[in-house]
Amino acid sequence: MEEHREECLLEHKAVQEGRGATLTETLIEIREMWKIYQINQLQVQALKNINLSIKKNEFVAIVGPSGSGKSTLMNMLGCLDTPTSGTYILDNEEVSNLSDDKLAEIRSKKIGFIFQSFNLIQKLTALENVELPLIYTGVKASERIRRAKLALEDVGLGQRLYHKPNELSGGQQQRVAIARALINNPPIIFADEPTGNLDSKSGVEIMNLLKELHKKGNTIVLITHDNDIANQAERVIRISDGTIVEDRQVI
Amino acid sequence: MSFFQAYKMAIKSIKANKGRSFLTMLGVIIGVASVISAVAFAQGSTKSITDSIQKLGTNLIQITITGRNSNRDMSYDDLKKFAEENSDVIAATAPQSSTSAKVKYGSTNMDTTIIATSPEYENIKNVHVTQGRFLLDFDLEYRQNVALVGTAVVNELFENRNPIGEKIKINGQIFKVVGILEERADGATRSDDDQIIIPVTSSRMVMKTSSIRNFAVEATSADKVDAAMESLKAFLLDIYKNENAFRVFDQSQMLETLNDVTSSMMIVLGGIAAISLIVGGIGIMNIMLVSVTERTKEIGIRKAIGAKRKNILTQFIIEATVVTGMGGIIGILLGFSIIKFVIGGLDLVPPVYSIPWALIAFGISLLVGIIFGLFPAYKAASLKPIEALRTE
Ligand SMILES: Nc1ncnc2c1ncn2[C@@H]1O[C@H](COP(=O)(O)OP(=O)(O)OP(=O)(O)O)[C@@H](O)[C@H]1O
Ligand SMILES: [Mg+2]
Repeated sequence: MEEHREECLLEHKAVQEGRGATLTETLIEIREMWKIYQINQLQVQALKNINLSIKKNEFVAIVGPSGSGKSTLMNMLGCLDTPTSGTYILDNEEVSNLSDDKLAEIRSKKIGFIFQSFNLIQKLTALENVELPLIYTGVKASERIRRAKLALEDVGLGQRLYHKPNELSGGQQQRVAIARALINNPPIIFADEPTGNLDSKSGVEIMNLLKELHKKGNTIVLITHDNDIANQAERVIRISDGTIVEDRQVI
Repeated sequence: MSFFQAYKMAIKSIKANKGRSFLTMLGVIIGVASVISAVAFAQGSTKSITDSIQKLGTNLIQITITGRNSNRDMSYDDLKKFAEENSDVIAATAPQSSTSAKVKYGSTNMDTTIIATSPEYENIKNVHVTQGRFLLDFDLEYRQNVALVGTAVVNELFENRNPIGEKIKINGQIFKVVGILEERADGATRSDDDQIIIPVTSSRMVMKTSSIRNFAVEATSADKVDAAMESLKAFLLDIYKNENAFRVFDQSQMLETLNDVTSSMMIVLGGIAAISLIVGGIGIMNIMLVSVTERTKEIGIRKAIGAKRKNILTQFIIEATVVTGMGGIIGILLGFSIIKFVIGGLDLVPPVYSIPWALIAFGISLLVGIIFGLFPAYKAASLKPIEALRTE
């Protein structure tokens, strides 16, 4: 295991050196990743031998039919789940074998999530939801509130600080989730069908926010069904039946 | 994340989920209050049963003088003085001479038992009057010829007349009836109801002897009986110089019964306490399991945005401790109110407030609450974040 890991690290370095100084730094590097779900006798190969690398400040859209493995891939990339086999190097760190707590630390520092179903805590206000990631990174209360307010103002919710999620529209809830995803200034944003539950107008607003973030230097990985949305990204990766079938730059 | 931060978060979460927090607390309140009141009821029953056995005279010691002293006999005054010096073990003393005598009222005759004693006899033997009065110090001091009659005597001599104030002749001496004794044996002849009580100082002519050879002594409590007997024996030996000149005996059969009853009531008490603790504990366990399990998704969200397992666990331990702790305190107050107003109000058994049992109930509830609040939280916090997020 250890040997294998070192090998991979060496390989990774070689890749970087090979690219030379002029190329942008690789942020995400996935090698031979498999994810197999075992339910009773039935095996589902959700990811089959995925190889993928994403550079810093890329805006990548992952598309594919339902059940093709998009969410599974994103969960691996976001360290919410661990692969059955394969290596994952995130920001120069091998993460596929890290402990639960280490992964939590990586999620809190490097990754922001935006889910299709928002995943806000229903009993907390918008402000408290946005504050939450800062609590786990040990930021003190006054600073937390200041930053959470700013983040909510940035997504246009300065007037909704004390609303609970069920007192907000879907688009507003998703913007709270975005504010929460951004509060720790993570370099990478993962968005799993962020516009899936929204009308087209709110969808456009969310996309504009993502584009803005991309301009500010964030790396964005967006999962979508919608080709129009996918084409707003820089690069489109198409998945079918657990494998990458297309990987193209948008002109 | 600091402990203080975790505490603030737990309080926020309790406040944010008022309904669920209240239900959880209710489970604890009911658990603790039912343990406390069930135990109090059992303890009250035990107390009322042992009290009524004790009323029959478990604390009672009898002294009989059988021999003679070359110089002088022990007088009632000697015994009284000794009792006062040993008030830690001896509560009261009374002379108790008895004889059988012919009693006459008008033209009606009967044979009955005469007991010559002092006012202390009332409390030592728990004989009370239903009409009139008991003996008074005055009667002894001025050698009043007064008598208290048992119901068997009333039935036999007076038929339907009120005996109070009537004159009777006991062995030829005239006595005035001043009280009727409480019935103890349905007024049967040759029972405790077939007796007459007179002052010891007025009894010389009736008893045909001046020396008092029987005494009743009351120990301060059932467990002081042995100590009181030992000191009395030493005192008597000092006077008579001969162990065979006197007898000191207790109601050992009665004491045995008391001990039997007490120990079987303790078993009943323990059983009731154990059952109510288990029932209360299961209630708390269920509500904790349900309320924490339904928060698996919340735990998933917290983990997804960077919470470590120990952050989650700290929050849930604090939540469980605060909720069960508050529930426990309210439960103790409710339990004591039930004792005061329900048990006290029904007046079936005396109310007993047991601090140790309240603390046991509180401690066990807290423990059960924390364990069964923590267990599902631990399970959920050990899931991969995506698995926790997927639950609804
Ligand atoms: N927890 C799981 N247990 C078993 N099988 C799973 C699990 N999660 C996903 N799968 C299977 O893995 C495959 C890929 O699922 P995934 O959720 O990644 O699809 P998706 O591309 O996101 O689809 P959609 O567009 O509908 O969201 C599916 O066949 C699914 O049944
Ligand atoms: Mg999906």
